[in-house]
Amino acid sequence: MLEVRNLKKTFKLSKKQQKISKTKDKIKVAVADVSFQAERGEILGILGANGAGKTTTLRMLASILKPEAGQVLFEGKDIYQDLSAYRKRIGFLTSELKLEEFFTPNYLFDFFAKLYDMSQEETQERKQKLFEKFGIDQFAEVKVADLSTGMKQKVSLVISIVNDPDVIIFDEPTNGLDIITEKIVVDFLLELREQGKCIIISTHIFSLIEKICDRVVMIIDGKAVKEDSLENIMAGQSLEDSFFTIYQEMGGNMNG
Amino acid sequence: MDRIIAVMKKEFFRFFHDKRMLFSSVLLPGVMIYVMYSIIGQAGASQRNVEDDYQTVAYGINVPASLQPAFESMNIQFETDITDIVEMKQKVEDKEVDLILAFSQDFDAQVAVYDSMTATQPAPQVEVFYNSSRTESSKAYAAVTSVLSQYESSMINKFDVNGNTDNKYDLASDKDSTAQLFSMLFPMLLLTFVFSGCMALAPEAIAGEKERGTITTILVTPIRQTELAIGKIVSLSVMSILSAISSFIATVLSLPKLIQGDGVDNISANVYSVTDYLVIFFVLISSVIVIISVISIISAYAKSVKEAGTLVTPLMIIVMLIGLTAMFDGAAKSEIYWYFIPLFNSVQSMLQVFSFDIHIVPVIVTIVSNIVYGGIFAVVLAKMFQSERIMYSK
Repeated sequence: MLEVRNLKKTFKLSKKQQKISKTKDKIKVAVADVSFQAERGEILGILGANGAGKTTTLRMLASILKPEAGQVLFEGKDIYQDLSAYRKRIGFLTSELKLEEFFTPNYLFDFFAKLYDMSQEETQERKQKLFEKFGIDQFAEVKVADLSTGMKQKVSLVISIVNDPDVIIFDEPTNGLDIITEKIVVDFLLELREQGKCIIISTHIFSLIEKICDRVVMIIDGKAVKEDSLENIMAGQSLEDSFFTIYQEMGGNMNG
Repeated sequence: MDRIIAVMKKEFFRFFHDKRMLFSSVLLPGVMIYVMYSIIGQAGASQRNVEDDYQTVAYGINVPASLQPAFESMNIQFETDITDIVEMKQKVEDKEVDLILAFSQDFDAQVAVYDSMTATQPAPQVEVFYNSSRTESSKAYAAVTSVLSQYESSMINKFDVNGNTDNKYDLASDKDSTAQLFSMLFPMLLLTFVFSGCMALAPEAIAGEKERGTITTILVTPIRQTELAIGKIVSLSVMSILSAISSFIATVLSLPKLIQGDGVDNISANVYSVTDYLVIFFVLISSVIVIISVISIISAYAKSVKEAGTLVTPLMIIVMLIGLTAMFDGAAKSEIYWYFIPLFNSVQSMLQVFSFDIHIVPVIVTIVSNIVYGGIFAVVLAKMFQSERIMYSK
């Protein structure tokens, strides 16, 4: 369903960034060569250390960043051939998202539904379903500012899938969640898989991948070094042990 | 179009449902201006006023008999407790006494024999010492020097200038007086009010969304960057206009209070017609579009609301300086090319209206060119929304 071919992305570093990174290089290679495929009805986990290029890869999948080289193909077509159509069929959630505190979940849902050209009936039906599922219905008219952290995270999640997307791209989906919300999110991702959605998540949490992912792409220093089923990658070990074995084989830096 | 309306509605919803924002950006500026101008005017007027029955206290040195009746009629009470001029000056400095009137000895006799055409010696002297920091002293000084000038004129009276007190020699009408004051002050004030309104709203709506990451979620939807830019600019313009209207009304209402008792009692905003106000309104709308789009661009460039505020401040100084040009020009420029310069054209068009010299072509050029500039800036803003470096750099 979604095919990623040899993605590359670099960023120009400002003098301040060069100073912080203690480098004289003006260019930072965030993603050097990443390829993989994600199919319907599966959860693909992108695993890597901080700064490996996971978030940049997901942002290219979400069409926020344009690859310098390589392609993202959706149902066989380059996503930039009809970006609007592609965007209607994806949902993207970043852990950096903070909702506007003034609005209510109800208002935000309706607003995003309009951006997706959804009809009134479609919006109401979808809203009712998702709000009930995540227990937001009782807080639908409460301002985001007055919601608990867990509830805010659930609202963020719901907002990112207003349009019932076929491809769901989540950057660190359980990052900072309380244990109850984390369970709800994990169960929901599994349910979406059952519905035939294509789910791509990035994380550095081994247990999450072990729990929900069907296949794994390991990214080290901007390169996809391994793409296989979870079972094959683990090869009888824990995912953590497998990761560090591969990481060291590929010359990954263990000194942080 | 539906998405543009959705973006606009969201901005309006926030603006009209956030009582604090509505109060601080619309109601408060107007109330503040009205209250402050009224208080300043009242304070100024009370500074200039002296009670009717106030008796001026003065020291007189060699006060001639010829002027005694005049000074008595002015309710001046002459003290005689000291004779030393240095001590007298100290009393005036200490605000215990209002004036010292020091005449040459035998003043009347000296004046009688003095002929300015043939004299080789200086004319007889009158020295009036006063304290300008004391209202009563300043008023008394003005009254005494006026009497002395009249006395001097009467000695050698060969002609009078504007001598008929029944005639009105200043032929300026209420309309002209208002025009002079309004055209000097209002373009600058209005531009500043408009800018303040825009500055209170745009950084939060653009840089705030960027800072929170919500703009990323919006840009992942099928909305086009141009739709988002137009939606933001139009809604922010409407809200800024409301803020500017509040400030404008407050200024018009409080200006007569601000300048009360200054010999300009004939100032009234009623001299302008509905058409004049409509022209001002449309010129202001076009100015708001330019200002809000420029502030939006700056806000999109900034990484946070705070940074946007810092970056916008120099622009505010530039806008105020453009507004100040109205004070120096006096009359609006007649050459049409001036009306293509954004914001300067607004000042010139407002000058035309306030000085009752409206020419339709420059006003239309102003409005249309400002809208075109706003459109160009909206495209720039949309391009900025597309720029990865601007939108996602840390």
